[in-house]
Order: sequence, then C-alpha cells, then structure tokens
Amino acid sequence: MPAFGPVPFWLGDPMNHSTRRLRYVLKRLIQAIPIVIAIVVMNFFLLNLAEGDAVDVLAGEAGSATPEYMAELRAKFGLDQPLPVQLAVYMKNVLTLDLGYSFRHEMPVSELIFDRLFATLLLMVSTISLAVGFGILLGLIAATGLNTWRDTAISIFALITYATPLFWVGLMLIVVFSLGLGWFPTSGMENFAQFYEGWDRVFDIAHHLVLPTITLSLFYLALYTRLMRASMLEQYGQDYVVTARAKGVSERRIVFVHVLRNALLPVVTMAGVQVGALIGGSVIVESVFAWPGLGMLAFEALFARDLNLLLGIFLLSALLVVGVNLVVDIVYSSLDPRIEVS
Amino acid sequence: MLSFWNRFSRNRSAVLGLGIIALILLMAVIAPLIFPGDPFGLAGKSMSPPGANGFLLGSDSLGRDVAAGIAHGAKTSLLIGLIATLVAVLVGVIMGALAGYYGGIIDDLLMRTTEMFQTIPSFVFAILLVAIMKPSIESVVIAIAVVSWPAVARLVRGEFLSLRNREFVQACHTVGMSDVRIMLGEILPNCLSPIIVIGSLMVATAILIESGLAFLGLGDPNVMSWGFQIGAGRTLLRSAWWVCTFPGIAILLTVLAINLVGEGLNDALNPRLRERAS
Amino acid sequence: MTRLLDIQGLHVALPAGGQRAYAVENASLHLDENEILCVVGESGSGKSLTARAVMGLLPRPHVRIAKGSVSLQGEDLAKAKEPRMRELRGSEISMIFQEPMTALNPVMTIGDQIDEVFRFHAAMSGRERREKALTLLNDVQIPDPAQTILAYPHELSGGQRQRAMIAMALALDPKILIADEPTTALDVTTQAQILKLIKEMQDEHGTGVLFITHDFGVVADIADRVAVMQHGLVVEAGTTEQVLTRPEHPYTQALIASVPSLEPRPARPRSPEIVMRVNELDKTYTSGGGFLGGEARVVHAAKQVTLDLARGETLGIVGESGSGKSTVARCIVRLNDAEAGQILLGDADIRPLGRAAMRPYRSKIQMVFQDPFASLNPRARVGKIIAQGPLLQGETPQAARARATELLETVGLDKGAYDRFPHEFSGGQRQRIGIARALALNPEILVADEPVSALDVSIQAQILKLLDEIRDRMNLSMVFITHDLRVAAQVCDRIAVMRRGEVVEQGPTAEIFAAPKHVYTRELLSAVPGRDYFKTVEEHAKMSV
Repeated sequence: MPAFGPVPFWLGDPMNHSTRRLRYVLKRLIQAIPIVIAIVVMNFFLLNLAEGDAVDVLAGEAGSATPEYMAELRAKFGLDQPLPVQLAVYMKNVLTLDLGYSFRHEMPVSELIFDRLFATLLLMVSTISLAVGFGILLGLIAATGLNTWRDTAISIFALITYATPLFWVGLMLIVVFSLGLGWFPTSGMENFAQFYEGWDRVFDIAHHLVLPTITLSLFYLALYTRLMRASMLEQYGQDYVVTARAKGVSERRIVFVHVLRNALLPVVTMAGVQVGALIGGSVIVESVFAWPGLGMLAFEALFARDLNLLLGIFLLSALLVVGVNLVVDIVYSSLDPRIEVS
Repeated sequence: MLSFWNRFSRNRSAVLGLGIIALILLMAVIAPLIFPGDPFGLAGKSMSPPGANGFLLGSDSLGRDVAAGIAHGAKTSLLIGLIATLVAVLVGVIMGALAGYYGGIIDDLLMRTTEMFQTIPSFVFAILLVAIMKPSIESVVIAIAVVSWPAVARLVRGEFLSLRNREFVQACHTVGMSDVRIMLGEILPNCLSPIIVIGSLMVATAILIESGLAFLGLGDPNVMSWGFQIGAGRTLLRSAWWVCTFPGIAILLTVLAINLVGEGLNDALNPRLRERAS
Repeated sequence: MTRLLDIQGLHVALPAGGQRAYAVENASLHLDENEILCVVGESGSGKSLTARAVMGLLPRPHVRIAKGSVSLQGEDLAKAKEPRMRELRGSEISMIFQEPMTALNPVMTIGDQIDEVFRFHAAMSGRERREKALTLLNDVQIPDPAQTILAYPHELSGGQRQRAMIAMALALDPKILIADEPTTALDVTTQAQILKLIKEMQDEHGTGVLFITHDFGVVADIADRVAVMQHGLVVEAGTTEQVLTRPEHPYTQALIASVPSLEPRPARPRSPEIVMRVNELDKTYTSGGGFLGGEARVVHAAKQVTLDLARGETLGIVGESGSGKSTVARCIVRLNDAEAGQILLGDADIRPLGRAAMRPYRSKIQMVFQDPFASLNPRARVGKIIAQGPLLQGETPQAARARATELLETVGLDKGAYDRFPHEFSGGQRQRIGIARALALNPEILVADEPVSALDVSIQAQILKLLDEIRDRMNLSMVFITHDLRVAAQVCDRIAVMRRGEVVEQGPTAEIFAAPKHVYTRELLSAVPGRDYFKTVEEHAKMSV
C-alpha cells in the first residue's frame, strides 16, 4: 500500500482489541488446514515411492511366502488398489479419526500413537519451557551487561552449545552424570521394576526426564539466547527508548517494560518456527536415551515399512506443530497490538 | 576487496575460525597420506585407550583407529556440507527471487511450501528421504538440500520484495529493462551479502544434519564419517569413552569454526550491524 | 523576564577519526521564559545534537559534551549526574520528536505512555493520573480522549500521534520544551494545526520552547528569536524580525534567499501543442477482504483524473500524502497499471499497452525520483547507471558512453564521475545523476516525483534551477509532483490540486494562487508556513527596488 495513513480507530475499525486477536488466531488456525492436508498427501506418495511394502517385509521375515499368499495379504490390506484410491480411503478414514491398522504391531495406529504420545509431549513441553525460559533470561542478562564478563561468558556458552551435535551431548551427559557420577539413569522413562505409584512414579519419571530434556534443549537454548540478546540490542537503538529517557523513566523500567516486550516478539515467533525442528531433534534424543516416544516409533516404523503407522505419526506431529503454533500465536497477539487480520 | 579483508580480520574470533577450517581442510587432504589404507580396516589391538598401542586417540571394538576415522571423516563432512548448501542456496535463491519479484501465485505457493516445511519436523523428513532413496552420499546431500532450501528462499524473497520497489529498480523499468536483467543484474548483487552469510551458516547446519543421519545409521555405509563413528561407538560408552568423544569434538570444532566465520562475514558485509554491536 | 537556559561555549565532540572533531562548536544560546527560540540549520549543522545535549541524551559514549556549560537556572546540566538529569527530564525539560510513530512505544497504549511521566515525577493516585491524562489529551484537542487513552500508536493518525506526544511532554508543565523538527514528517495542513497548538500551549503555560527546524517558513510563523547554525557553529542570532528581514551573515542571507517565494513566477505563453492527455484515469488499491478478513477496503488512489500537458510547459500536481499524486505519476510512466481511462501520447493510448508494446514509448517519458539515496543502484558505477538506457535501446557502447559523459556535464558534474559509485556523492549530486539518467533517452516528457523534497533548501534551489534550464534547452514538457506549494509556485506553469484521488482544481498557477476556487485549495494555501511573513518581506523588497 502506498502512503495512505492509517485510519483513526474511531473512524475505521469498530472491532476492539480482543475480537481482533481472536480473529487473528482463528485465521491462523484455518490457514494451517490445507498445509496439514498437503503434508499427508505428500508423505503418502513419498512413502509409496519406497521399494517394498509391509507385505514384503512380513514375507521376508516369515522366510517363505508364496506369491498367492502375498497377493492375498495385499488384497486384505487394500494395497492392491491404485494409489489415488488408497489415498482417498486413507483421507476418508482420517476424517473419522481412524488412522488405520499397523500390520507390524497388529494394533490400531491410533492406539500405538496414543501410547507413545505422552512421552513425546512430556519431553517437548519440558524442553520448550527450559529452552525458551532460560534463553530469554540469558539473552536479557547478556544484553543488559553488554561487553561485561557476563555477556562474554553467556555468548561463549551459546556459541559452543550452538555448534554441538545433540546426540553427542546426550552421550557425553550419560558418560559423566550416569556412568561417572551415577546421578541419573542412562535410559528409559521410568523404572518398571520398582512398580512405583502416585508421587513416587512422578518423581521417577522426572528423574528420567532430566538428561533427555537438557540434551534436547541445549541447542535451542543457545538459539534463543542469541536471538534475545540481538533483539534486545536492536530495540535499545529505537527512538521510543530515547522518548522514554526524555520522560525521565528509569533505565530499569526502560529495560523491563519498554524494551523487553518489544524484544520478545521475534523470540516468540522463532519459538513457533522451531517446534518442527524440535520434534526432529527428539528422534535423536529418544534414540540416545531409549525414550519411548513417537520419534523412536517412527524410526522403527520406517524400517519396517509400516506405512500406516508412519503416516499417522507424521500427521500427528504436524498437528502437534500446528497446536503449539496456535499457542504461540495467542501469546504473540497478546504481546503485539499491531497484528493484522487482513 | 582489501577493505573487506580489513574489516573481517578485525574480528579475531572469525580469523580463529578461518584458521580451524584451514586445519580441518588440510587434515581432509592429507588423510590418505598419514593414515593410508581403509579407515574401516583393522589397524591393531581393539579397545586401546588413547595413546596406547600406537593409537593417538584409541581404537574401537573392531580395532579401527579412531584418529584415522576422524581424518578420513573430515572429507565427508566438509564435502556433504558444502555441496548440500550449494544446492540449497541455488534452489532457494531461484525460488525466493521469483516469489519476491513477481509476488502473486508463485509467492503464495512458495510461502505455503515453506510453511509446510516448518510444520514437518525437518530432520524426520530428511530421515524419510534418505531411507526411501537408500543411504548414499547423494541421497544424504539431496535430503539435506531439500530440508534446507526453504530458509534461503524466505530470506531471498524478503530481500527481493523490499528491493523490487526501490527507486533504482523502478528506474530500470522506465528504460525498458527486462525482468531477468533486473533480477540478476540489479537486485541480486544487492542481496549477495545476506545470502553469503546464511550460506556459510547453513554449511554448519548441514554438517550437523549429516552427522545426525550417520549416527542413526543412515549415512553412506562405504564412507567414513564422524556421525557414523559416534553411532558405532555408543554401545561402548561404558568401556571405551574415547570412541564417541573425539569424533564429537571434531564435529563441534568444525561447526563452531564455520559459525565464527559466518558471524565474521556478517559483521564485515553489514556495516550497520557492526556499528550497533560495538 | 526569567532566563531559563543559558548555553555557553558548548562543544559536542564526535568520535575520534571522523571528518570533524566537533558536531557543535562553541555554541552559545539562551532561552527565556515564555518565548520560542528557533534553531535553524541544514542537515549536519549540529542543531539536533545541541538539543540532545541539553536533554543529556547524546548518543553516548561516542558523542559527548567536551567543553562548555548548559545552565538551567544556574544549575550546570553539562556536569549533572544521570539521576539528577532523570529527575529533570520530563518534569523541568521535556522533548518532542520528528517522527511520532517511532518515538512512541508501539506495544504500549497512549494512556500508559502518558502515565509514565506522572509515575516517575509526581505522587498521584491512579485515578488522579487518569483524570490528568484525560485533561491533557483534551487540551491538545484530541477528539475522543477516553478512547485515545486505550489506543495504541498505530491506531492514530500522524497528527494525533504528535498531539499525544505533546500531551506527554507538557504533562508536568515543564519550564522548557524542546521540539526537534516536530512537524517535518507531517502534511502541511496538519503541520499548521500542530504549530498553532504548540504556540497556544506555550502561551498558556509560559513555557520556553527550543524549536529545531530547517524550515524558514516555520520560523517566521512561530519564532520569537532565531539562531542560525552551520557546520556546528551558531553563525547568527537575533529576533525573528532582525534575522528574517536584515540577515547579516552571508550564510543566513543565502538560506533566506533560497526559500522559494509563494508568489508564482510570471506565466509563460502556453504552446498550443498538447504532448500528453490523461483522460479519466482510475486506479484503486484493495486491502483486506477475503474470508475472515472482514470488509475489503477499496481506496481510490486516482479517480477520474483528467489532465493535459502542453509542449514545453511544467504541470504541477500538488497534494498531501495519500492524495494520489504519486500514483498518477507512476501510472503515467507505467510503473503502475491504471484500471481505466486513457494516457494519450499524440494519438496512441499507452495505458493498456503490455511490456513489449510499451517499449518503443519508454524513451518518450522518463522519471526523476524522490530519494537520491534509493534511486541509484549502490553497486553500479554512475556511468553504467546513465548509459544503460541508451544501451538497452540499441545504442553502441561507445555512443552510450559518449552520451553519458555529455550528460554528466549537462547536469553540472565532473566527467570523472563516470567511474565512481553513487555513495561517493552528496544528495544533491546524486539527484543530478538521477536527472542525467532520465535525460539519457532524450525524452519528450519528464515526470519528476518530489525531486527536491529530500534535499536541503540551498541544494533544492540549485536542482530546481537545473530542471528549469534543462526543460528550456531540451524543449521538455514536465509533470512535477510536489507537496510544497512554494516549490510549485516557482516551477509550475499550471497546477492540478489533488485530494483523495481526485483533481479538485486545476489551472494556471498564478490564477489558482490568486483566487483558489476550491475550499481545499484555500486550506492548503493558508497552511503554507511563513505565508504572511514572507509576503510582507517580499513586498518590502519590491518597494525598495
């Protein structure tokens, strides 16, 4: 738009801030639907490009299977149909929340996924809280003490963790804290042998959660720290900071009220963008710590050619990203009054 | 050019990073000379700790030399990182330029595609691609490029979008210059700096993705790589910590060095940012 | 009369290794109660840094006060510690800025931002503070104070935002108000309102106002006393009457002489040959809409615009921002596509032409752009920038080079400029390069979109003179887009006044200035700063001749 000044609110938009916020979030949600559908379709065709199907794998494991038997199996699973038909059937089923059947595990996909969902969600929520929370804090500390030892120490820490591969951090943490010091368990989500119940079980799971969370969050912690620091410094240079000083506002209030809120905006956006990458990282962390989550399940399913299961996991992780992004949008819209509905 | 080097070399950590990269490059080049033979082959007594039995960095359960693996793995990491980035930058620049310059449907399509890539866990998607294509150098490169190009495209799109309305570009329209010439000759040279910076940082990310794939057993089985070494050594954590530790340090140093150089480039190519940071 | 502020021998030091050691050198100024002191100067004169130095808001640590004193009723602010300065800022001295959009925090409501002033300087209950904020907004004539308190900066218009800034600055009835180019970013009618408001508020409260500006029109309207700065030095100071009518320093004389007169220059005979006719041109922009987006807003940037341009004449299109004047210019050079209407060059209608069909007509109409920094490719050499047009039209490289060199001389630049990059030139020189580029194709029509609005007033006069010379020498016809009626009076044979996409009035410049028919034209004319003052000055000058 060329230079048409904004319309004063009493002349133009009669909506108040909260309805506009709601509209914005709703709009973002609706925008996500075609993306999720596109992901399902793309993954469906990609997976069918791969050589061999679940029947091949099953037959291979059984040792000898006659071609007739294999054809029979394919017909039973619907694998003899043309691809678009298979896709249409799959999509129809998804709409009724039926994610199909895993021939490998001989269980409905939704049950399998549901079993593992909790573990993955737990790991994600704790990781995001840790990474975003501490990232913002460290970035703030570094930016307010620009060029002091605090800033230098935090910047070096962020630089190094930003360059470290996740799986290696996990292994090194195991070497030091599990094998060396014996503080934390090496793998798994809980100690089944103890049959803990109630709070004891909660503490047991929390105990198992520590190392995987630290491993997965370190990289993102570094990312958010750097982003927050840069964002704070950028906002410091803005005109409104000069205005605030000209009003005699204290430096403390300038940092915590004026600059902080503006500086958080790109960090919040980035938190949404990174959720997908975080789930990707969780595959590795789950593998290192034998954490019984969706990442491990997906990895196994891939090599077993368990197509239905894989598609289900992809769909769910996409929904998970959409869900987290929705939360991010709500947070963002409460921080920034300038959100555009159109 | 000289002034660029002056500005770059003022950043001491960037010069340090450049030094480390030079050393790793050197290592990759002379690996066949100092560690002749197959890095997968038995080189001596298995499970030797660092320093023992003539192994500088120890050996693994099959008697493979960890140091030889690191030296040979350097080539894999650097090569894959570089080629995957080049492919991703090429695709990203073309897509981003078209979307940013023309807007409309192309732009919508690109934005939806990049949103899709943000919604799929990219590492999982890379695993999927490699698994479908069978693990090999080529499939790893393709997988990394496929998950990396959207970031470049978004950046280039943004640059083109803001530059296409600049008056100097409009002046080119008024003399009847063709779109291709405007894009390549007028706009692109003005957004090379951010492309160089994101490209250098992407090499680092590509190396991290490659090592992650190799760690999970999805690397090229015929090529030695750092991720593979760590993956193969993870079962020995209790008895031979060194098998995992040293290749990890190699990855860390390489990625760190590339990031330092990337930041140095950013500071040297973007004077406005440099002033702000000082 | 109480002396509020006494600046003695102020030196503001720039970082070492720069072109100049001091941004402000040995400046001495004073400000009394109930007066407006205008500090005038062009860019780089040090006027803004002087203001910042008083506020203790210099961009430290690079820029600092090196010598001198800034005394606020006996207290030397140059030596005051930060906590003391914080106490004074907002309560004793406050400040308003050029760009109210960036000067306000985008994520805080106007009410909260006003409230901060009370919070830090006065012990008042929340209710009292709210009441006071409402009263203040009412005082600065914001239509709906109760709503505005809850509004965010982006929801207000530019003028309203500046009013809110003024409310904030005057919240605690400070002794001194520093205004740093507070109307430069505003339209002329809004500027007139804001100037009136500042004057009223100053009268009512007896405030001393230090007003920074580059515009002598504003000075004439508002100042009691004037100080002129050049390259960090105060070259002349005195009462407004003295400085404007009897300037002593040659720089002041030159500056005042380069303020374009509002008296239109004598009309030249109009050629009967019409080179371009614009008939009922329409252009709309749509924003919003789509599902969930609510009602789509359609803005008519050009609505039934009809103009014609005779050979050798300059047609001015004047209007405020959002009037559609630039859109019309861009439609004429076919950077924008108009939806309906005709653009006739001779008998050919170029409006509907596609890219290829348009190519032969490109050379006939060329454009000079507003921003001398954005309009030249920073990565291309000046010679290439000028020569690329002829090259594209099929000239040989030698011929194109010769043409470019010749044009550099035409626009008053050295031949050596050919191999240099744009960043090596000043704003005025860059604008000359832009003009040379436009001339390279031997156009018949030159469309100039605010070609001097980004330039200092002395440079402005040179560029206007150059454009005039070129038009005569090359027999060009010119469409001249401007928001500045003074400039229009000096350059245009005829003008068209635009508002919200429509041409409300057009005709010979002298006629329109003498007897504006449309209400809006009258409004625009009466809002021109310094209108009355300079008129009397000119008449005075005429009589003495």
